[in-house]
Amino acid sequence: MAAMSLRQEFVKGLWKEIPPFRLVLGLCPALAITKTVDNGIGMGAAVIFVLVCSNILISALRNLIPKEVRIACFICVVATFVIIVELTMQAFFYSLYQKLGIFIPLIVVNCIPLGRAEAFASKYGVVYSAADGLGMGIGYAMSLTVLSAVREILGYGTFAGISLFGSDFEPFTFMVEAPGAFVCLGLLLGIMNAVGRRAKA
Amino acid sequence: MAMLILIINAVLVQNILLAQYLGNCPFCGVSKKLDTASSMGFAVVFVITLASAITWCVQYYILEKLGMTYLQTMVFILVIAGLVQFVELFLKKLVPPMYRAMGIYLPLITTNCAVLGVAILVIKKQFTFMESVVFAFCSAAGFMLALVLMAGLRQRFEISPIPKALQGTAITLLTAGLMALAFFGFVGVDSALAALK
Repeated sequence: MAAMSLRQEFVKGLWKEIPPFRLVLGLCPALAITKTVDNGIGMGAAVIFVLVCSNILISALRNLIPKEVRIACFICVVATFVIIVELTMQAFFYSLYQKLGIFIPLIVVNCIPLGRAEAFASKYGVVYSAADGLGMGIGYAMSLTVLSAVREILGYGTFAGISLFGSDFEPFTFMVEAPGAFVCLGLLLGIMNAVGRRAKA
Repeated sequence: MAMLILIINAVLVQNILLAQYLGNCPFCGVSKKLDTASSMGFAVVFVITLASAITWCVQYYILEKLGMTYLQTMVFILVIAGLVQFVELFLKKLVPPMYRAMGIYLPLITTNCAVLGVAILVIKKQFTFMESVVFAFCSAAGFMLALVLMAGLRQRFEISPIPKALQGTAITLLTAGLMALAFFGFVGVDSALAALK
């Protein structure tokens, strides 16, 4: 039973409650940095790390944190891990750090870690919270990768920097600009809804 | 002139919502009705301007003096969270009508990435204190402009036949895309103005 539900906690983040589609959280980075697949994967990895670590720590501390100031405590925990990511990226992946720019510190307010802390980690045990964090993180990373793949293929004609269509390709620049981001995310959300409804029926 | 370019840039060309992608969660969440959108807008303008002024001072007078700029993220978010709580208490006590108008939106603002985003941008762009305050105010005004425009559009959704799969957030994002396309037309206005000088 326990093993089963542990799996369920992990799997729900991959489809049933996949952010940012089902759980409409963390839209800003999903729009901003998904110009290329590298960025999408980099951001996804950063969010997975922050989410798993903050979920584990908050769940371990859940009986020590007073209810009245819990949000402030959660923010501190999340911010700590975000700073770790920020400094690590600056040291080892400098070009990625420059491309993601302001959106790395903004993981703090990218409601997903905070939302999971409030909705899940503050109520359940350490192992379950880790599974929840890992599932949600991987779900978010997958969404970012799909979104950035669509935008990069249409907008630059490349996938992770590899040219796909040869020199005749006329890039659809709209996709890598701001309006394309909104339209692309909106359409993907619509497709997800349509597929989800058909699966239910 | 330089100030004018800064203002036009912040409100229209680099609109914080439609060109910089900051603050999308409240944009989708509270843009259903015109009056809630404008109350939220006022609250955001107020908090962003105040928060940027304070974090600017914190950055240059505390963090840099002590050589602790790596703590920027943590300190800024705590300053913002504290500020929001303080503003909430202050308004509740002293200006009750204003509190009633934007009270319930204040706690939400702590996690609005536009607030932290502007605070960090101001430091990244190495603005002076005056420039920072003007930039923050205008960015927030741009946010409010986009939010109110969106709310006006969304009120019409209720009487429009929207495909089921697109209802809710999906159609909001598509509409935002079209709005962003319109705002995209402002690109180049700032450099043209700069050339006039």
